[in-house]
Formats: sequence, C-alpha cells, structure tokens
Amino acid sequence: MASQDIAESGRESPGVSFLYDPKIRGIFYQAVVFIAIITLIYWIVGNTVANLQRSNIASGFGFLKGRAGFDVSQSLVQYTSDSTYGRALYVGFLNTLYVAIIGIVTASILGFLIGIGRLSQNWLIRKICLVYVEVFRNIPPLLVIFFWYFGVLSVLPQARESLSLPFSSYLNNRGFSFPAPVWGHNAGLIGIALIVGLVLSFLVARWARKRQMATGQIFPVYRTAAALILGLPLLAFVVTGFPLSFDLPKLGTFNLSGGAQVKPEFLALYLALSFYTAAFIAETVRAGILGVNKGQTEASYALGLRPGQATRLVVIPQALRIIIPPLSSQYLNLTKNSSLAIAIGYPDLVAVGGTILNQTGQSIEVVGIWMVVYLGISLITSGLMNWFNAKMALVER
Amino acid sequence: MYKTVLQGVLGVAALAVTATAASAGTLDDVKAKGFLQCGVNTGLPGFASPDDKGDWSGFDVDYCRAVAAAIFGDPTKVKFTPLTAKERFTALQSGEVDVLIRNTTWTISRDTSLGLDFAGVNYYDGQGFMINAKKLSGINSALQLSGASVCVQAGTTTELNLADYFSANKMEYNPVVFEKIEEVNAAYDAGRCDAYTTDQSGLYAIRLGLANPDDHVVLPEIISKEPLGPAIRQGDSQWADVIRWTHFALLNAEEAGITQANVEEMKNSDNPDIKRMLGSEADTKIGTDLGLSNDWVVNVIKGVGNYGEIFERNIGTASPLKIARGINALWTKGGLQYGMPIR
Ligand SMILES: N[C@@H](CCC(=O)N[C@@H](CS)C(=O)NCC(=O)O)C(=O)O
Repeated sequence: MASQDIAESGRESPGVSFLYDPKIRGIFYQAVVFIAIITLIYWIVGNTVANLQRSNIASGFGFLKGRAGFDVSQSLVQYTSDSTYGRALYVGFLNTLYVAIIGIVTASILGFLIGIGRLSQNWLIRKICLVYVEVFRNIPPLLVIFFWYFGVLSVLPQARESLSLPFSSYLNNRGFSFPAPVWGHNAGLIGIALIVGLVLSFLVARWARKRQMATGQIFPVYRTAAALILGLPLLAFVVTGFPLSFDLPKLGTFNLSGGAQVKPEFLALYLALSFYTAAFIAETVRAGILGVNKGQTEASYALGLRPGQATRLVVIPQALRIIIPPLSSQYLNLTKNSSLAIAIGYPDLVAVGGTILNQTGQSIEVVGIWMVVYLGISLITSGLMNWFNAKMALVER
Repeated sequence: MYKTVLQGVLGVAALAVTATAASAGTLDDVKAKGFLQCGVNTGLPGFASPDDKGDWSGFDVDYCRAVAAAIFGDPTKVKFTPLTAKERFTALQSGEVDVLIRNTTWTISRDTSLGLDFAGVNYYDGQGFMINAKKLSGINSALQLSGASVCVQAGTTTELNLADYFSANKMEYNPVVFEKIEEVNAAYDAGRCDAYTTDQSGLYAIRLGLANPDDHVVLPEIISKEPLGPAIRQGDSQWADVIRWTHFALLNAEEAGITQANVEEMKNSDNPDIKRMLGSEADTKIGTDLGLSNDWVVNVIKGVGNYGEIFERNIGTASPLKIARGINALWTKGGLQYGMPIR
C-alpha cells in the first residue's frame, strides 16, 4: 500500500483525468464537508423548532424579564426574590467572575512561590513543594472542593461556639465573620489620596526609567512608590480626623449578625480552586525557570549584577515568555472548574441558571447563555494573556 | 456534578435530534418496549427509595407499579429513574421517562409553560419547617425564624414559597441551597442551617434519616399548598387517561372495599358498581376503550392494593413515617381524595 501511495503522490497530473488532481479533490472534499455540515445544522434547527412547538415548551428570551421568585445566598449586587431572571443570571455571572478572579490571583501567587520553591537550594522546602504539587495535581478538583467543604469548614464549631479570632473576627461552620469597616465623613478624601499616590508613583517610575536610560543613575523607585501609596492615604486619614468605625459581628438567635461574612461555600470553592490550580502553575513556573539557559545567569553575574537583580532583570523576563502561554490555559481551567460550585451550593452562573432552567423549562436559551458567557470569559482571558505575552515577547531589533 | 449542565444539554440535544415524525402515543411506546420507565425521587424514605439490593419501594413507587400492572398485568414491569428536583422536568420532556411520579407539585406555570400535564393529585401536602428543638429550644413557630439560615433543595416550589413567606412576613433569612437531597440533609444535620424546609411529608421522611431523629420537630405552620401528583408530557390524552384512571381506580377500590386480598372474590360480587369496575360485566369495554385489558383494575389491585393500602404500607401508621391520612382520607371520610366514577 505504502509504495503505491508514494508512487501516486510522485506522479504529476498532466494527461491524467482531473479526478486525480489533488487540488480539485481537495476542493471537492471541502465542499462535501461544508454541505454536510450545513445540512446537519439546517436539520437540527428545523427539528428543534418543530419539537419545541410540538412539546408546548415556551421559547425566546422574554423569560429574562419575568420575576425570579427565588433567593440567592450570595450576591455582589442588589438582588431580591422580586428581581428578574435576567438579574439572577447576572448575579450568578458576577459570582462566577468573583471566585474566578480572586482564585486566579491566589493561585498565581501560590503557584509562583511553590514553583520557585521546587528549585530551592533547601532540601526541605524542595520536598514540601514537590509533595504539594504531586498531591494536588493528582486529585480531581471536585474532591479538593469536598475536602475543604466537608473536611475542613463543616467541622468547625456551631455559631454559638464560634472560634474567636483577633480583631473581633469569628470562625464557625457558617463561615468567617469579621468587623465591617464603616467609613465616616470625608472618607472619600482617603480614596482620592490613594489614587493620587498611585498616579504619582506611576509618573515617578516613568521618570526614573528614562533617567536611568539616559544617565545610568538608579533611583529607588519601589521605596518611593510605597511611601506615596501608603503615606498619602494615611496622611488624609489623619487630616480628616480618623473617619473610620467598625460594625462588629454579634451573636443573634441563630447566627452572628452584623459585620461582614464570607460564606463557607465560597471559601471552600475559592480555596479548592486556588490550591488545585496552584499545583499546575507551580510546574509551569518551574519549567519556565529551568528553560532559561544557565549561561544567562552567569553572564549577568559577569556583568556585575547581584543575584537578586540577575533573577529579576534577566531570568524572570525570559522565563515569563515560556510561562505565559501555558499559564493562560490554567486560568481558563480555573474559571471553567468554578462551575463545580454547584456541588456545594455556591450560587454561580451554572447553579442559578439551572434553577431558572428548571422553573421556566427554557433549556435551549439557558444552555445558550451558559455557552456564550463561558466562551466570552475565555476569549477575554486569552485576549488579555496574549496581550501580556506580546508585551513580554522578545522585541527583535 | 456536571449533571445539571449535562441534563440541560441532553434536553437540548433531545429536542434537536428527536425525530419530528408524529411518534406513536406513549401507551403504544410503553407496550412495545415491554416496561414502564418511571421517574422517581433519588431517595426519600416512604415515597421512593432503593434498598441495599436496588429494589425500590415507596408510595410513589407503588403508583408506578400500579400503572405497570394496569398496562401489562404485572406490577414488576417497571424501571425506575431517580431524578433530583432540578432534573425531573427535563427528563420527562426529553422522553427519558414515560411518567414522573416524584412528589411534584401541580402549579399553573408547570402545567402551562413546561410542556407538562398533571394527571391528578395522589397526595395533598403543604410546606413546613423542621428545626433541631434541642439546640433551638425557644422556637415553636416559623414566625420566630427571622435571621435563620434555611436549608432548601434547588429547583423546587419550596424554594419559591420560602422566599415569599419570609418577605410577606418581613423576616430575613439566609438560604442555603443544594441540588441533591443528601447534600441538604447532610448540611442540616451538620448544623450548617437552623431550619429545613420542604413538603411536610418530606420532612417526616427526612427526619427518619437524621443522626438523632427525636431531636427534631416539625413546626406547626403550613405555608403553602402542595398538591403532589403524576406528571406526563403535554398533548398525549390517551396516556393521560391511563395514568388518571389508574389513580381513580385505586381510590374507587378503597371506597368499595376492594383490597389486594379480596379482589379475586370481589369479581363475583353482585354489586353492579364493583362488577363494572373489575370488568366482570358481560360485553364490557371498561378497559379496551382505555387501550388496556378489561380486567386492568383487578391487575392493579392484585399488584399493589388500593389507595388506602398503599398509603398505610408506605407512609401511614403501619410505616416508620406514621403519617395520618388527614386531608388525604377519602371524601366519604372527610378527606379530599375523590375517585371519579368508573362507568
Ligand atoms: N413538591 C415540591 C418539592 C418536591 C421535592 O423535590 N422535594 C424534595 C424534598 S422532600 C425531594 O423529594 N427530594 C428528593 C430527591 O431530590 O431525590 C416540588 O414539586 O417542587
């Protein structure tokens, strides 16, 4: 067979029927596949519409304006059972984003630390990090979620016997309660001071970089920025006369009331996603650092850079180029894994959408919304990471 | 855990791929298949729960068996599909089950916009609350629950009534919502919430499975009407008739005193009503007009007993649940259960 194939591909077309022309064949097969797909889509759409009509299930997106009627346990925006289905989906969407974003931040920090720890000179740190990675990488994320929810958080004491922590915070099986800051008069000034500090730091950093390029002089940018970002708001805080009080959690009949509360469902999901994804990020980071040629470090030492500077200015920028592309897929995985929320009752987009699907029966619409939203989040994440990657890529001159 | 998503997607897929050619009625499909596929609870003792050998029993399960007996003359020709509250309607719409007998409340929106029909009410229920009386000894009314965390199953009328009840009474609460009943039970047992709310019959059933059942009390308030009954796909009136009349046959048998033990004797009764019901009238069409055999009622009662027997065996005084007949007594005894005349 093989020899025949070779003979055929080696043969030139002139004189042979156009049936054997690879170009025409290619076009022909593409056309066949195209027509097949279009027919399939046509058939599926037609069938769906007919089935929907036959089974008397409502359709269209009008249901989004209907009253939801159910409550959601955690909401970042104003929501009551009188809000619309659309609003409920929005609440679920924000909850998904919320856990995904802070999960990504935590997983990245943890992952970088552990990935670097895997390469540490210290035997114990190296082994601890190795065990961490092997444990979390080899357990399905759902089990990690259950571990946190049933293994750790639900064995905490009841509300009445809450563990007292410093600063009037409490931990019990209903979650973590802590004093909620209540800002007083003129507290807005502190926020403005913070923004001013940020802007000034940015300007200083730019100026310092330019000056270093031109004259080679180094300016202590980090210390100055820290002073600006912390100092200015602090100054504003003193000037406005300490406009801050705290709403402390108190024990009511059933729960701790007052203060702010983080629910165990959120905590379990957040911790599980962060710990699980951190293991993968650690391996990516380790690979990235190992991927930078040792000669690069040696060359920077030869140029007189200190070890810290060599890592920061030479190794990490090169390692990042290797790390960022696989890192993007870890971020996407974390976001998609957040839909496991449903197992422990965290009201994410899938959980809330499922309830709506059950109440309205509009599965096509709800599944469509799920797909569009997850696709959207994924595309935006990839877009941002591609942009970051392009910035980090070698600029060829 | 991706099951909800999967359910949704399967539902969509079923809508997309099922042939549109007018399929035969469900009754013919079931007869051709040789068994009934019945959607039940995933596990609610007394209503539908599997034992360690995988044999199902319960009030709703016996209703499935009754329908199988009516069609095949054999109450064992039935397969059970355990469904969570969220999954059940998709399973019915997509044809995964032939009938849904799973403590499902008959409401207008379910009847009109989900593509369902309800064939009757086999249990009149209402929503209640259960608390741990040992931990919350001062609480004896649902109106004292302001500020409580309440455990509830997703995708139920329970979830909606709960929201309405607390907002109507200007009380606050924290909903703790899970998809699966084991999760709700575990969370309640672990003290994640102060109160558990669902249909009262369900509360009694759930209480049996808690670590210390005697510590828990059901509060007196009933906050809603929950008429529970079998649901089928909309627009199949022959199939609706089979389910509906099986239910009425169970009620009429109880009213006429026909039991699993005496049904064979009763066939020779002189009472014209009983003769007609049991198909022993000459030239009767009492079953064939329904698409069944003329002795279908005999088969049903021989298979599972009458309504009263099903009730007592599974949830009544002869069972661990010990639920009183209450409003589920026959109309002749002051209850709401009323079988339309079989004639
Ligand atoms: N009757 C209500 C509630 C029915 C319901 O799902 N009840 C729960 C709690 S009693 C149940 O039976 N769960 C069992 C399961 O999910 O398998 C409805 O139709 O929405």
